[in-house]
Order: sequence, then C-alpha cells, then structure tokens
Amino acid sequence: MASDPRRQSARGAKSARSPWRQQAESYLNHHRKVARDSAQRLWHSPVASMMTWTVMGVALALPVALMLLLASLEGVSAGWESSARVTAYLSDSVSIEDARTLKAEVADDSRVAEVELIDRETALEEFRASSGLEDALDYLDENPLPHTLLVTPSEGSRTADGVEMLLKVIEGLDGVDRVQVDLGWLQRLNAMTDLLGRAVWALALLLAAAVVLVIGNTVRLAIENRRDEILVAKLVGGTDAFVRRPFLYTGAWFGLGGGIVAFILLQVSLWWLSGPVERLAGLYRSEFSLSGLSVDGALALIIAAMLLGWLGAWVAVKRHLDDIEPGEIAGG
Amino acid sequence: MIEFRQVTKRYDSDHTALRQVNFGLERGELAFLTGHSGAGKSTLLKLIMVMERPSAGEVIVGGQVLNTLPRRQVPYIRRHIGVVFQNHQLLFDRTVFDNVAMPLEVMGTPARDIGRRVRAALDKVGLLSKEKMNPMQLSGGEQQRVGIARAVVNKPPVLLADEPTGNLDPELSADIMRLFAEFSQVGVTVLIATHDIALINDLGRRTLTLDHGRLVTGVGAKGGLHG
Repeated sequence: MASDPRRQSARGAKSARSPWRQQAESYLNHHRKVARDSAQRLWHSPVASMMTWTVMGVALALPVALMLLLASLEGVSAGWESSARVTAYLSDSVSIEDARTLKAEVADDSRVAEVELIDRETALEEFRASSGLEDALDYLDENPLPHTLLVTPSEGSRTADGVEMLLKVIEGLDGVDRVQVDLGWLQRLNAMTDLLGRAVWALALLLAAAVVLVIGNTVRLAIENRRDEILVAKLVGGTDAFVRRPFLYTGAWFGLGGGIVAFILLQVSLWWLSGPVERLAGLYRSEFSLSGLSVDGALALIIAAMLLGWLGAWVAVKRHLDDIEPGEIAGG
Repeated sequence: MIEFRQVTKRYDSDHTALRQVNFGLERGELAFLTGHSGAGKSTLLKLIMVMERPSAGEVIVGGQVLNTLPRRQVPYIRRHIGVVFQNHQLLFDRTVFDNVAMPLEVMGTPARDIGRRVRAALDKVGLLSKEKMNPMQLSGGEQQRVGIARAVVNKPPVLLADEPTGNLDPELSADIMRLFAEFSQVGVTVLIATHDIALINDLGRRTLTLDHGRLVTGVGAKGGLHG
C-alpha cells in the first residue's frame, strides 16, 4: 500500500469527500458480517440449532394449521350462507294475481336480490315428480299447496342477522302465511366458527409467548458462552447496539429456521390429510377442501417467526447483556 | 489530558477507596501509579474508564467531565482510552489479527483500513508474523504484546496499563516498558499501575503513590514530587 503513495492519496481524497457515505457503507458491512457470523455459529452446532428450530416449528405450525382449518370452514359456511333462501308460503286465500303483486312488492326491497314465484300448480307438479307419491296425490280433491315466494337475499344481507331482518319484514306482509329459513343451522355454525376462531387466537398468543421464551432462553445461553467477548467489546468502546447486534441476528435466524420448519410441517400434514379429507367431503357432497398456505401466507409465517425470534433475543439481551459490565475484570 | 479534582470514591460498606485525589497528566506524559494492594489503584483506573463514577469531585479526560456523562456516551469515551491488563483479556476463539482488530470494528472502521492499521500495530510490537495464529499458541510476553497492540491500534490519546508486566521476567518487562515510552514520545498520555518498584526506579518517571486511598506523592502537575 505504502509503495504506491499516489493511489493512496487518491483514495484518501475520495473517502474524505464522502465520509457520510463511507460511514454508512461500513455500517452495512458490519451488519452483513454480523448476520453471516451469527448464521455460521448456528450452522456449526447443527443438532442444537435443529432442536430449537423444531420446537419453534411445531409451536408455530399448530396455530397456523388451526387457522387454515378455520378458513376452510368459513369458506364452507359462506357457501351455505349465499344459498340461504327465505321461503314464504302464502295464505290459501291469496289469488295468483295477488301473489304477483306481492312478489313485485318484495322485489322492490333493496335487501332482496331475486324473488321467484312458484304457483300452487307448479308446486304440485314438482312435488309429484320428486316425491313418488303420484298415486296418492291423485286421490286429493284439491291442491293442498299454497303459492310460494322464494326470496334470495341481496349480497349485503347474506349474514345471519341480515337474513333474520328480512325474515321479519316478509313475515309482516299481508297474505304471507308462514316464512321458513334454515337459520338456526347457520347461526350454530357461525357461533362455532367464532368460538373456534377465538380459541385459535388464544392458542396462537400462548404459543407465540412460548416461542419468545424458548428463543430468549437459547439466546441467554449464547450470551453466557460469549461473555468474554462481550466484556472486551464493551471495554474497547463497543456501544450497546454493537454488542446486542449478533444476538438479535441469532434470534432472527432461529426464527427463520423455525418458520421454515413450520412451513414444511404444514405442507407435509396437508399432503397427508388431503386424500382422506376429499373422500370425506365427497361423501357429504360438500365442496370442502383443506386450503394450504399461499405464497404470501408462507412469507408472512416466516417473517412473523423471524420477528418472534428477534423479540425473544431482545428480551434475553435486555435482561442479561446490560448486566455484563467490564468493571469486574479490571483487577490489580 | 487526565485530571482528577478532589476525587473521592466511596463504596457502600463504609469502604473509601479514594480520598480527595488531585493530580493531572499532560499530553505525552508517562507516569506510574503505585501503592500497596487495595490502595485504590484499580479504582483510579476504573474511574478513568468510566467503569465507576466518583462519589465526589471531578474526573476529566480530554477536557470532558466524566461524572455526568450519560451511560450511552460511555463507549465513545472508551474509544479514546487504550487499556492493557495483567491478564491481557485476549479472546482465544479468534486469531491475533481479529483480537487486535476489535477496537476498530466497534468504531465501524472500513475493512481496508482495519487491515492496514492492525498490521501497523502488530509491527510496532514485533508480532507481525504471528497475525494468523491463535493467542493460545503465544508465550506470555507475546500475549501481553498482543494486548498492547489492541490497546493502541486505534491510536488513542490515553493509554492505561494495569500491572502490564506482572507475569513477565525482567527482560520482557523492560521491552514492554520501552514500548510504553515510545508511545508517550508520540504524544500518548500513559499511566501504568504497577508494583514493580525496580522498573519504576529504572525509568525515573513521575510516580503517583496511593496509600489507603490518599495520593501521597506525585500530586499536582508534571515535574511535581517524585517517589
């Protein structure tokens, strides 16, 4: 270096011109170095790292699997909700003309998407065709069936509450005898998925706390192992941020590994369950299927895992690193 | 460069380590700090390093009053103070080069400057050929010199040494003292805590003597009393 003074002075001038840039560059370089170094440390103790990753992976996969199940169930209930139709049976005394007027009246309501009028003759035909009671029906003197309105709620009203509101309105109309909707079913399903959703969130919070504690403990051990290094770094003027950085990266790498393990666990169990689930759904003639993680979801899982790992490391670092002060090593 | 004004350091249990200590060290001055064990030598060094805060009085390093320095500013003061320990505090999980590079890394020195300055420091202590070795493979005297290289690699204006020759034979001790003298010649303020009276007498420099926390010789500025 000293053999080429011209080049050196040129470089000196350059760095003097942009000290800020140089500072930022070396800061980034340091981050890169610390990130690489802490990743290598994990890599050098593969068994211990793998165990931590697996613990994290299991703890993360469980709530995510339940959330996926929940999302699939909600898909099913949404399917049923959209097919929820209100059936209004009109009084026997209502003539077909009055029924048409009533149909128009209901159709004007903004909460109603579509109204279909089934007159009593068509109803009887359908009944005759689908029930297999043709002969028995022939014995009846007159058609026992009323005119019927099939009301499909509009998009915005396809919730349990919305349908119930609509039900009340139609029930109050003149000439409507009885209104029917299988609402109880829908409400039960909704209540169940609500409950399950809350339970999953509570479980997810608990497991996230467990992950933070596991990583915190692991990082605490790493801090103890590198106590001398921390002392020397503080002694030669390392800032708190400098001393913390490798451990925060360690936490984030634990999180990355844990997130990947969780993703693998999810994909494997999905693959393992998808055959039986499809068969079962087929038996129920349901379109239910287990949905896996999307690319976004997988990324979100891994990023969340890294954040949890980082948080766990932060807890350990706050608790233990600040206690290590170089005062104790200055003997004499 | 270093100034103590009426500095008292009291620990909780009625134990007073330093009592109203007054002295000043100029830029480029080399002085010894001596006294029986427990006289307060290490407390005095810790006050300069801001490992401890004084109970009363003022500690001033490089024009900065350290008493009220916020905690997060402490690292920046330490970057201006090189320290050499009796047990040298080297890290055995890395090479000699990486040990010496630590003060530069905490300052965010660019990699190309680190290489140049670490080699300059190792050259100064005569260990350039051993940069790739583990400190474990070196002799006691060599380890101590690595510690010195680490203390001076970022060219601090102040150099403190705590029993730097404690484990070394007289010849090696003389070598190390010669190094300290060279640093003081280029303007570094050097303060060496030691028991080694023979060494002190050889060099004939200013000596601060502590006795039960009181400074009994070497009070005042350069050229004051000699022990």
